[in-house]
Amino acid sequence: MKILVVEDDRETAAYLAKGLDESGYTVDCANDGREGLFLASSTEYNAIILDRMLPSMDGLAVVGALRAAEIRTPALILSALGSVDDRVKGLRAGGDDYLVKPFAFSELLARVEALLRRGTGPATETRLRVADLELDLLTRTVRRHGKSIEVLPREFRLLEYLMRNAGHVITRTMLLEHVWDYHFDPQTNVIDVHVSRLRQKIDKGFDRPLLHTVRGAGYCLRAAES
Amino acid sequence: MAGEKPPLLAPSLTLPRSQGKEGWGWPAPQLVRSLRRLVRTHAFRLAALYFLVFALSVLGILLLVYWTSANFVERQTEATLDAEITGLAEQYAQRGLSGLIQIVAARSAGESGGAAVYLVTDPEGKPLVGNIAAWPGGVPIRNGWLSFGLERNIGGHLETRPALGRLLAIRGGYRLLVGRDISDAATFRSQVRSALLWGGLIVLCVGLLGGTVMSRNMLRRVEQVNRTSERVITGNLSDRVPVQGTGDEFDQLAANLNRMLEQIERLMTAMREVTDDVAHDLKTPLSRLRARLERALAEPAADPSQNEAIRAAIDEADRLLATFNALLSIAELESGTLRDQTERLDLSEITRSAAELYEPVAEERGFALTIATEPGVQIRGDRHLLSQAIANLIDNALKYAGGGEIAVRAFRRDGRAVLEVADHGPGIPQADREAVFDRFFRLERSRTTPGNGLGLSLVRAIVRRHDGTVVLEDNAPGLRARLEFTAV
Repeated sequence: MKILVVEDDRETAAYLAKGLDESGYTVDCANDGREGLFLASSTEYNAIILDRMLPSMDGLAVVGALRAAEIRTPALILSALGSVDDRVKGLRAGGDDYLVKPFAFSELLARVEALLRRGTGPATETRLRVADLELDLLTRTVRRHGKSIEVLPREFRLLEYLMRNAGHVITRTMLLEHVWDYHFDPQTNVIDVHVSRLRQKIDKGFDRPLLHTVRGAGYCLRAAES
Repeated sequence: MAGEKPPLLAPSLTLPRSQGKEGWGWPAPQLVRSLRRLVRTHAFRLAALYFLVFALSVLGILLLVYWTSANFVERQTEATLDAEITGLAEQYAQRGLSGLIQIVAARSAGESGGAAVYLVTDPEGKPLVGNIAAWPGGVPIRNGWLSFGLERNIGGHLETRPALGRLLAIRGGYRLLVGRDISDAATFRSQVRSALLWGGLIVLCVGLLGGTVMSRNMLRRVEQVNRTSERVITGNLSDRVPVQGTGDEFDQLAANLNRMLEQIERLMTAMREVTDDVAHDLKTPLSRLRARLERALAEPAADPSQNEAIRAAIDEADRLLATFNALLSIAELESGTLRDQTERLDLSEITRSAAELYEPVAEERGFALTIATEPGVQIRGDRHLLSQAIANLIDNALKYAGGGEIAVRAFRRDGRAVLEVADHGPGIPQADREAVFDRFFRLERSRTTPGNGLGLSLVRAIVRRHDGTVVLEDNAPGLRARLEFTAV
């Protein structure tokens, strides 16, 4: 898996490269927009991480140019600007995800992995399955080990998102963005309580827990110790 | 036929009537409204004042002209009569009564049926000579003057005309009367009167028309300034007041306003740039700081307490960042423009969704979160920002109320969309209810609670961006935060 990092701050770039390398990715770095555009259009990458404010050509322009050239490599935009307005602009320019600086590396990694998964799984599935947990998208029902579990509509969507990303770390912010469509940071641990309620429903009474908390990162729904 | 099929006839009868009603009905309120609007304007009042002064001076001039010209003919008649009677008195003094009679007879002869009247009577009042048969029964207007009706043969029939007479008492009881028909003077007077009346009417009409045109002209230019200001207020900072190039006061006003607007726009742009620069230049080192801490955490630690210290440092950095982000958001909301992103939103749905996000955490902390929303409370705005404002209010209630009920409501009232978050906590003293909206303001008792003192500032910035209002009220006991927006 090859990832291009376009970032003018060398220390941040090195930190990203090191972290991604440790996670098993091959990383190329570009220090400005033009170089980034050149690399992105001449080499095949699985994902691009690029800073929004770059010398010579800004991040949005790079993404715009790539999309205009029909290069659809998933792009994660990093920015110091965090308002809803900036986020919308970033996504409208062709970015696939938007992350506000500074960020926890685990957050970045979770998002990059989500981008890499995008479009690979069959989207037309009507039934999701993780171990003995089953979710039927048509009948909107949840069963574990053949036993029906009552969930609220919001819990259903939460579980659906976690199951679609089974085996991967999902951060609180990602849940807030994808399940609730909120792009701000609530000061209270609202997500934790929603997740622990869901956990009560799907894990209580079963000897093997499926929904795990990943310390300092978020949550992960996975079948067994893998 | 009408009697046989009334149901068929009824609609054909009511239809034209309702059409007629509409035909007359709609322009009248519109006219009244625009008239009322005109009357309220300063330009109209100014024009009306000028018109009043103008009308009063015209009236004064007309009265003066009338008084001088209408009396002119009368005074001329009086002078003639005076001269004649003086002449006759002299004749009498020189030639005695018989001489006077001779002269009067001669003058009467030349004036048969004419406008001049002569009469001499003896002590018994019997006429001796003259062109009228008897002493007229008129009204003495002042000493030696008599106003009377004169019967004259005009074109074959008799007419009574107004006349003025001068009399002279002669020694021995004889009396002399010299008179003149003054109907010409009366005609002249009425002609002057009608001429002045028409003239005055024309002048008033011209004045009224001129005043209206003037006030409408003035109004139009003031209106331009008003419309531009409104557009600027609603976010179009680059709009300018049109300058007509006449160099008059309105042009000067427009030029000054435009200079002011340019300055404001420059300041706003500068503020945005500063905000962006600060965001970039402070966040980059913060990013490095956080990254280094994270990396340090990944290294094997010599001492387990070291990792705890690093985690605490990361938490502190995150708090710093949250404060920083909130400040930037407020600055951006206060300086930026949001208009182009507004859409029609269901405030009830947004409220319900934000409240539901908090429902489990509220329950866990011993609160009863109740949600009551009316359907169809529509406003224009940004969904993300409004959700954040509602979330901040609920967050505050959770932080400070301690327990009990938190009631979240969304409803319509008098054309306004209202959102309320009410708790049963300690509330906020009346004196601090404005200050809590200020950045970094925290109540003394809440210093120990985590928070940055920016939550309500952000709420207010969001609400203002939506042209709404936010007030804090006593919920007896507790606090009720109420947001109001224009419903659409």
